[in-house]
Amino acid sequence: MPHVVTDNCRGCRYTDCVASCPVACFHANEVRVYIDPALCIDCGACIPACPVQAIVEEFDLAPEQQHWIRINAEAAQRYPTLRNRLAPLDGAAALRQALGY
Amino acid sequence: MRQGIGSAEAPLRVAVVGAGPAGFYTAEALLDSGVAVEVDLLEQLPVPYGLVRYGVAPDHARLKSVTAVFAQIAQRPGLRFHGDVALGDAVSAQELGALYDAVAVCTGIDGDQPLGIEGEALPGVHAARDLVAWYNSRPGAQDLAIDLSQEVAVIVGQGNVAIDLCRILASPVDRLRGTDIAEHALQALAHSRLREIHLVGRRGPVQARFTPKELRELGTLPGWHVAVDPVDLQLGAACQAEAADPAAVHAARNLAQLQAYAAQPAPAGARLIRLHFHTAPLRLLGPQRLRAVELQPQRLDGPAGRQRAVPAGPPLRLPAGLLLRSVGYRGRPLPGLPFEALGGTLPQAGGRLLEPDGSVRGGWYAAGWVKRGASGVIGSNRACAAETVASLLADLPQLAAARGRRGTPAGRDGLAALLRARGRSALGFDAALAIEQAERVRGAATGKAAEKFICLDQMRAAARPL
Repeated sequence: MPHVVTDNCRGCRYTDCVASCPVACFHANEVRVYIDPALCIDCGACIPACPVQAIVEEFDLAPEQQHWIRINAEAAQRYPTLRNRLAPLDGAAALRQALGY
Repeated sequence: MRQGIGSAEAPLRVAVVGAGPAGFYTAEALLDSGVAVEVDLLEQLPVPYGLVRYGVAPDHARLKSVTAVFAQIAQRPGLRFHGDVALGDAVSAQELGALYDAVAVCTGIDGDQPLGIEGEALPGVHAARDLVAWYNSRPGAQDLAIDLSQEVAVIVGQGNVAIDLCRILASPVDRLRGTDIAEHALQALAHSRLREIHLVGRRGPVQARFTPKELRELGTLPGWHVAVDPVDLQLGAACQAEAADPAAVHAARNLAQLQAYAAQPAPAGARLIRLHFHTAPLRLLGPQRLRAVELQPQRLDGPAGRQRAVPAGPPLRLPAGLLLRSVGYRGRPLPGLPFEALGGTLPQAGGRLLEPDGSVRGGWYAAGWVKRGASGVIGSNRACAAETVASLLADLPQLAAARGRRGTPAGRDGLAALLRARGRSALGFDAALAIEQAERVRGAATGKAAEKFICLDQMRAAARPL
């Protein structure tokens, strides 16, 4: 099943995931990234790459996180593909600490 | 200083050796760099894609679809694919170094890690990589004498390769029939009498290297029951601390899946996949062929993150006729290149190749498994290649200075001339596409996605139709 980017990405946008995506399936806006479920090949490389564990395989989503499936699919249509790493957002380090990572 | 190197008039000339994931991502990063570059991608086989073609399990079609990305890279202007050209055979390392401004070695890791225990040479004992190559139609691997009339198999190792092997061995052939699995493997599996597969690992469930996705897939095989001893899932303080470490991204989900397996009753008549933790093979017993495996119970000793498995209690004997070792891959030295014996890799720093004395071998780079060892998934190679190419681009002044000393290297024209002088020639990417197309046609006859050629001469014939 495809992978989805959940809440923790917002405000961090570390993009280590993007650097390890073999099929360029990430899309980004000013605050976070999304995965295009039509392109994701389920390799799982992005899961350990994310410093704030924002990425989950669809199967492992908690019931209260299910809405992220639709959000990723729609946002991937709306925002441009991101192929390479960007600098994390200002405040990413503080947010990461607050998230406990 | 730069003498125009990397400009449209004087493109950088780079050889990338090995057309697996690391080679393709190295090529892509070079083509995306903004520097004018001619990338020559050399591959020892007539066909590209390395372990995506010959390592990824045939039933993981979605993962294999990454080849579409590689095919796009292969057809970008600036890149040329040279199939059927092996480093150390068709061309030496020294010759490549003279033909190009830079060489990036992305040849992967080809050797396997032995267990180093008594009885390992007995018939019935196989390396995981040989079985993987066998079911994936790798040239030279088709004659594996695997005896599937045995009822009990032991797989040593608890990574995704071990799980892949287990899943293929336990798959009903109908589940595999539509894939590109080798026909000889499909036929052999159709007559398999395996009833028990034991996956054996020295350490505990927290240290297991498989991913939750692969672990979960084991539970989907019809007619097979996945068994786990609940005692194996009782964690000591050090294991609890390791499982709670944010770096252990898969530990919690693996544990939850293992607990689910441990809780389910065995259906009557089901065949058995049994995961053994804290267990190491001690001796393989014959005499003429493998009859049993002596297993040594282990316990973990030491602080979190540095726990070691040590023997605990008397050995147990498990009758088994097959043993597949999947405890890691180990590189072999490449002719003309330095070698890091400890990890079986190329000695390097940031992707720059190092000499035995620690100095940089100018113009030589590495990416992928041969750089960082046999770990990670396909995508890991993209980040790895990006690091290597960043080092290469930072070295442009040195590469320009080398050109100042020795002149502009001959690049692909020089390579073609050298091969011609040896009575050989490379196969281009169009040839690889023709081979793949012929394989799809062969597969369609029996309802398979493809029937890959096993014989190199058949590949060459399909590449150059008369």
